[in-house]
Amino acid sequence: MSNRIVGVLGAGSFGTAVANILAKNANVLVYARNPETVRQIQQSGTSAGQKVSDKITFTSNLEEVAQRCNVIFPVVPSSNFKDLIVQLAPHLRPYHMMIHGTKGLHLQLPEKRGSDFVLTKDHILTMSEIIRQETVVVRVGCMAGPNLASELSTGHPAATVIASPFNEVITEGTSLLRSENFQVYGNPDLRGVELCGVLKNIIAIASGILSGLNLGENSRGLLVSRGLVEMIYLGKALGGEISSFIGLAGIGDLVATTTSTSSRNFTLGYKIAKGQTLDEALNDMTEVAEGLNTIKIIKQLADSQGITPLITETLNKILFHGMKPETGVNLLMRHPGNIDIDFL
Amino acid sequence: MESISRDYVKKKYDPVVPGGINEWPVVALSRSRQEFIEEVAEESIARIKALASTREALIEEIETTVFREKLRIKRNPWAVDPEDDSAFLGIVQEKLLEISQSDDDEEKNEKLDDILKEIVLRYADEIAGNFKKSRYRMTRSIVTFGFARLLNASRARGFWSIFSTQFTLQDKINITGEIDQLRELARKGTIVMVPTHFSNLDSILIGWVINVLGLPAFIYGAGLNLFNIKIISYFLNSLGAYKVDRRKKNMLYLETLKAYSSLAIQRGCHSLFFPGGTRSRSGKIEKRLKLGLLSTAIEAQRVNYQKGKRDALEKIFVVPVTLNYNFVLEAPSLIRQYLKLQGQERYYVENDEYSTSYKIFAFLVKFFTKGSDISVSIGKAMDVLGNYVDTQGQSYDKNGRVIDTQEYFTKDGRIISQNEQREDEYTRMLSERIVNEFHRINKVFPSHLVAFTAFVLLKKKYKKLDLYNLLRLPEEDLIIPYKEFKAAFEKVLMRVHTLYNEGKVNISPHLTGDPHQIINQGLKNVGMYHSKRPLIKNRAGDITTKHLNLLFYYHNRLDGYNLEKYVE
Repeated sequence: MSNRIVGVLGAGSFGTAVANILAKNANVLVYARNPETVRQIQQSGTSAGQKVSDKITFTSNLEEVAQRCNVIFPVVPSSNFKDLIVQLAPHLRPYHMMIHGTKGLHLQLPEKRGSDFVLTKDHILTMSEIIRQETVVVRVGCMAGPNLASELSTGHPAATVIASPFNEVITEGTSLLRSENFQVYGNPDLRGVELCGVLKNIIAIASGILSGLNLGENSRGLLVSRGLVEMIYLGKALGGEISSFIGLAGIGDLVATTTSTSSRNFTLGYKIAKGQTLDEALNDMTEVAEGLNTIKIIKQLADSQGITPLITETLNKILFHGMKPETGVNLLMRHPGNIDIDFL
Repeated sequence: MESISRDYVKKKYDPVVPGGINEWPVVALSRSRQEFIEEVAEESIARIKALASTREALIEEIETTVFREKLRIKRNPWAVDPEDDSAFLGIVQEKLLEISQSDDDEEKNEKLDDILKEIVLRYADEIAGNFKKSRYRMTRSIVTFGFARLLNASRARGFWSIFSTQFTLQDKINITGEIDQLRELARKGTIVMVPTHFSNLDSILIGWVINVLGLPAFIYGAGLNLFNIKIISYFLNSLGAYKVDRRKKNMLYLETLKAYSSLAIQRGCHSLFFPGGTRSRSGKIEKRLKLGLLSTAIEAQRVNYQKGKRDALEKIFVVPVTLNYNFVLEAPSLIRQYLKLQGQERYYVENDEYSTSYKIFAFLVKFFTKGSDISVSIGKAMDVLGNYVDTQGQSYDKNGRVIDTQEYFTKDGRIISQNEQREDEYTRMLSERIVNEFHRINKVFPSHLVAFTAFVLLKKKYKKLDLYNLLRLPEEDLIIPYKEFKAAFEKVLMRVHTLYNEGKVNISPHLTGDPHQIINQGLKNVGMYHSKRPLIKNRAGDITTKHLNLLFYYHNRLDGYNLEKYVE
């Protein structure tokens, strides 16, 4: 296994963490867009605040990644994802495998929209669908689960889910990622697992708001449980399997991100609750909180489909329409309680 | 109904294989029929043993097979079944008993191998086609000559016109689409043709199309039930059909069938599957395809690559085809079954309009003497992963970059590996591509569009009723004022043209011009030979139906294009 080389696209905190885990099993080539960044990392031996394993090399040449690596892990924000994949596409071949770690959605609207245009789930692409649409790569998967970048670098026990309809992608991903303190589970429901990672970010923002308002842990329990139900409804409507949501990538990740202060989405919510405006809160942050974009997309879908995901709608009002966080929480609490669980 | 578009030019095609019929792979196959059956049996046994890897598992598999076969003989016997079926199963059962009483492992294994081989050989022999050159030639002349006589007699006037050669079958059946590419590729590689399936007539029709286009005969899996009917059985045998018995769902049979198909493709026999597996009961274009036989195309491609066959000559090309009718003879019984079973395929008695040779003959006479066009759309060829190929057989991605199909079967671009789960997934992907292509090349006739508009109008008018209650409405509630109908029709028509311009569907040349004319054309043709017409104008000039189930059936043809919301 020593002479194989695995590609990672993106040298942010999660990209670096993934590269370090991979480095336990293989040589790793990490792509960063900016040559200056690459130079700095090589000089300092650290990337995104993490010490970099000596089995990792860095490059700003995309073609090199495609040529030297048969397995590639794209780990870049969803807003840059498509552009990057389009750039990479000419160099990719049908033998490549790609396992991405990006927990976001891509909204793809037709250029010409008639007056009768209705947004449907077909316009909402997950990252694996971007890869399928833009490249010849078919053996695609994702990694999702409670994987807070800051914790992964400490080497505490953790686990992830590799989802792909192809067993060989799961096997390959497992053999590359697994180490004594890092477990890997497989799941064939790629879309469902991707949606888990995507939708939980919404709830993480809400959880940050609860903490910012000092509302205590009972309220968090309430949020996590109702949040999961909302995730499942949305996830099902978007084509995922319910079972994925009660697995590691669903409830597992949800618990981690709604309770950890090092989660970006949590932090965003926390700052908003502390009275910062959205712009101020974002200014402070070096990395993207995917939940924000996800809320925008899900809100548009909900409107066009006539559904009302309560938590997402309320967050949309708080984040983009100036509703006070306290008012938002009150609104949620005033909503008549329904049946606890009606989807199993 | 004259040809009114350049699209429909009648053309004569030379045979693509210059050496003539003796050079056809299917002829070579039938020449060495016995040898091929042995090869199929050997391959099937290897597959079965891989699936049932222990002796106990294998015994269980055989016992299940015997049990199910006995059940089939008792519950659902067909005329075509061999008389000694029951006796054969008795012998197998006796041998199984002997094995269970034996203590000698080696003897057990040996006996078990014997039983397995006997069963598999019997299946392979039943499946194997019986292509005969002489019969093929004769059938070809009967079809082309006989039908041409009927056609001329009906169109031109006077007794002597029966000998006229003014009209041929090509006036009746329009073949459009990627004909030249298909002919070119048939010379270079192996074609797997996958047509939609609406009528039992499809098999004969497609056989004729293949011949007219100058292609060598294809082998195809035809339902064994069709061999119950003598006239069809004769045609099918001569056209190179092999038999698929969908009553037999045991693993031994299915593996033998797949081995047969895969090996034949590997030998370069052009093949044809109806990937829907059975006629579309609802009249909808197939959305879910049967993956079993389709997977053999992918497997055969991989095996060819493993054998180092790298050039286009050994490449397999998947060609979707849609058959577009105004009228499906068996529509009444198909839609009845659909409504009854709602997709759950169970044993049912095969009893429909094709049940006797006489009825078929009567239909053919009607069909050729009255005007009802059929069109056949040939889709763009794809590789087994669903990428389009050019006339050289080279695959391209959507940005026009060349793809080496072999690399899909490797992890590093070099070493080809066999991975069943991967190929299962590829099969699923391919089937999605085929369904997409079906919708893209499907040709909308005026008759489809009037049926669609009328049914959706009725559905919207009674939107509180579910389908079954809607279908029970009395005739007097089913009248649509012509003005209302025409307004809705024009809207859907516009949408269909938009879809056509976007390359998402194909349209018949009759779908242009004055909407009033198009409606009349549609009304004249929709389900035209049914005793109760699905759509007519009543005396007041309004639109109504005599048979709502049939209207539902013909409307279904345009399901899946999201056209409903344009009907208002």
